[in-house]
Amino acid sequence: MLISAFLTEIPVYYYVVISGILFAFGLYAVITRRNAVVALMGVELMLNAANINLVAFSQFDKALLSGQMTAIFVIALAAAEAAIGLAIVLNVYDRFRTVNLDDIDTMKE
Amino acid sequence: MSTYGFWFIVFSLVLVSSALAVITFRNIIYAAFCLLLTFFSVAALYVFMRADFLAVTQVIVYVGGILILLLFGVMLTNKITSFFKIKTDVVNVGWGSLAAGGMLFLIAFIVRTISFANLPWVKNAEKANNVLKDTDSTVHTIGIQLMTTNLLPLEIASILLTVALLGAAYIARREPTKGRKTLSK
Repeated sequence: MLISAFLTEIPVYYYVVISGILFAFGLYAVITRRNAVVALMGVELMLNAANINLVAFSQFDKALLSGQMTAIFVIALAAAEAAIGLAIVLNVYDRFRTVNLDDIDTMKE
Repeated sequence: MSTYGFWFIVFSLVLVSSALAVITFRNIIYAAFCLLLTFFSVAALYVFMRADFLAVTQVIVYVGGILILLLFGVMLTNKITSFFKIKTDVVNVGWGSLAAGGMLFLIAFIVRTISFANLPWVKNAEKANNVLKDTDSTVHTIGIQLMTTNLLPLEIASILLTVALLGAAYIARREPTKGRKTLSK
């Protein structure tokens, strides 16, 4: 299957598969890792996967490029969310002296 | 074997393997640098999709902004005594593998079932010559779209970025005398 892609046109389902794989990896990172900064890295992976999917299909929309416009705003929002997320992580580190998500459980009874 | 397809395979393999490295390496610094490689590979993939403006935007914003921010976060939240000793833990591997495996199975099922090149709107776009070619530049269209169709999202995004800037600066500030150990004491 991979050999047949050696033309000058990449079929669009390759990008869908790649974006799906990246999203699954990001999901695994958010569920599995205990460090809060690595969980934020997983969120960035998921956002990039969605962006790849959007831009791949906007290849067929040369007049409006709606997929690329959405991807631009997703990039801007990801930057804002990473900033706020890391500010919260720094605050948590100031208070709890750790960023392990399992140890931040003072709201449990 | 054409060079176009060969480089696409190379970049997509680098992307997938560095994303795998991000989620499995225990050392946070290694994970952050593999995330750098991931972001660059995504930018390369954008070039293959003929999204030239977006590729450069990806490098500037993600690599030059978000990754630096994540590295700051790593450095400020770990007691770095020796460079190679920052190890983080992995929990819930069962549930994580189940969720990720379910997602992968879903994507495989979708790609098997739907033939994406035969979707009606894709075929209409190919007929109406609405497909991005290698000689097209997207900057002109993005500029016009930002100022006409996507003007409202642009303004909202600018307000949101201002609010995020102020909010992050306020949340992460250090209060000097509130009972934390300061170096001046």
